[in-house]
Amino acid sequence: MLSAIFGSVETGIIYALMALGVYISFRVLDFPDLTVDGSFVTGSAIAAVLMTNGQSPIIATAAGAAGGFLAGCITGILHTKGKINPLLSGILMMIALYSINLRIMGGQSNVPLLNEQTIFTMITDFWTGLGISQPVNQFLVGIGINDPSIIFTALLLTLIVKFLTDYFLKTEVGMALRATGDNKSMIRSFSANTDGLIILGIGLSNALVALSGALVAQQGGFADAGMGVGMIIIGLASVIIGEALFGTKSIARTTFAVIIGAVIYRIVVTLALLADFLETGDMKLITAVIVIGALITPKLIETRREKKRRLRKKAELSKASPADERGEHNAST
Amino acid sequence: MLRLEQVSLTFNEGTMDEKQALQNADIELKSGEFLTVIGSNGAGKSTLMNVISGSIIPDTGNIFINEQAVTPMQEYKRSQMIGRVFQNPSAGTAPSMTIEENLSMAWSRNKKRTLKPGVNKKKKELFRDHLQTLNLGLEDRMTAKVGLLSGGERQALSLLMATFTEPDILMLDEHTAALDPSRAELITGITADVVEKFQLTTLMVTHNMQQALDLGTRLIMMDQGRIILDAAGEEKQNLTIEKLLEEFQRLRGEKMANDKAVLG
Repeated sequence: MLSAIFGSVETGIIYALMALGVYISFRVLDFPDLTVDGSFVTGSAIAAVLMTNGQSPIIATAAGAAGGFLAGCITGILHTKGKINPLLSGILMMIALYSINLRIMGGQSNVPLLNEQTIFTMITDFWTGLGISQPVNQFLVGIGINDPSIIFTALLLTLIVKFLTDYFLKTEVGMALRATGDNKSMIRSFSANTDGLIILGIGLSNALVALSGALVAQQGGFADAGMGVGMIIIGLASVIIGEALFGTKSIARTTFAVIIGAVIYRIVVTLALLADFLETGDMKLITAVIVIGALITPKLIETRREKKRRLRKKAELSKASPADERGEHNAST
Repeated sequence: MLRLEQVSLTFNEGTMDEKQALQNADIELKSGEFLTVIGSNGAGKSTLMNVISGSIIPDTGNIFINEQAVTPMQEYKRSQMIGRVFQNPSAGTAPSMTIEENLSMAWSRNKKRTLKPGVNKKKKELFRDHLQTLNLGLEDRMTAKVGLLSGGERQALSLLMATFTEPDILMLDEHTAALDPSRAELITGITADVVEKFQLTTLMVTHNMQQALDLGTRLIMMDQGRIILDAAGEEKQNLTIEKLLEEFQRLRGEKMANDKAVLG
């Protein structure tokens, strides 16, 4: 049980990069981008193929992210220059990427990474090379963590990306990007090229998604043409859960919320799968139910709170003017 | 500063709804001139604004800003030279971003946007100084989201954002029409101040004749895509609402008589 939860925390942190990408498209740019399902696989396919061909895992991972960036840029171009509706541009790109991903993987639908050096094994090697690993590792194994390299590498990368995102969204370009999602005609009237900003934003979003895909492939030991199915919903679930629990007061807080949201989502799925009547194949259904719940619950809570508030106001009002109440009472008798 | 040469634009050409929004509009604005534009609904005032800002490309004719032909230039590039305030107070600001962030984006209008932080200490001080001139206390709420401001406050902020980079042209599109009378008066006052302070070449569209008479150094009246009256200097100062209405009836009547003559 504990190791299952630890496993889901680990996976959640890697998928948090993907959720940050979804946050940039959905929330910052207000662009429902479905490219994600395809670009996630693009990232893992490029990374896996390069690594099996002997490239260094760092270069392979970076190339995977670059592939996602390119895919996102094309979606952005379809929307801005081709004037295609955002949803449709994303779906078109997602479908196109399915074939492209198969091409990248040399026509196979699965590329295994057997005994390849990955970013995670690199960090482990570096860690053991330092010579202080013995006691620390023993301690970690003691609390149920068998292979700390994955979680630490993932955490480090995710935090770096989080801080870079926070910084970027506060730069002059980043603010123009946010304004593009907020009020397009306004920022255009301040001489910002909104088309270019949308292309850049969707590109960056998919770069993060593909980076996440590249890491997932290295963690799982394979890239698969079908691994991106439903990714957009998982990303959205993470964003919505995070925002509902931690709020959106500032950018730094929201990106933090998105990361925690991704982890919580994984834990919930893991716990749900522990139930006897659910099978692994039910995962997508569980995801859909979680998203529906996360979308509806805040509204229900809000409505209830409003109702209570109104009742309280009513009670206060009748208490404040007892004379009126008595009058009414008399009149009715 | 701003010159329109024979600018024409027809909407829905060749259909039942064909509408000549601009017919051979010729306007020349000198640097520092403040032009108010009046006219009934559908007279072509907003089209005139949109053609200058670049959100609509005219069918024929040329537009020059600072002797530079801008007709083929894209809207976002042209807006380096043009400050705009819209009728809807939410249109000129980004609601989910803070006052200082909005100001910073406006400040970048005629500069290249970089990967440096958008708000820094130096800019904050500059923005604070500018906000103080509005006398609305906004300088103490610089990290508040603009969505929380009232319509009047937003419009004052929009006005500041449109003007403080001293654009070549300032365009005000019925920017007080959506406000209550006291707020409208406040914004009208601020408008007169900033235009004076930065010596801006200004175009203001308004439905309010009194405002058109009070503000500005020159007035044009439009009807059915044509400029039917152009009064500057002393001639404008001597105008009254009655005279404007009289003139409108007379010019329009003449035109109708002409049309009748042609048709007859």
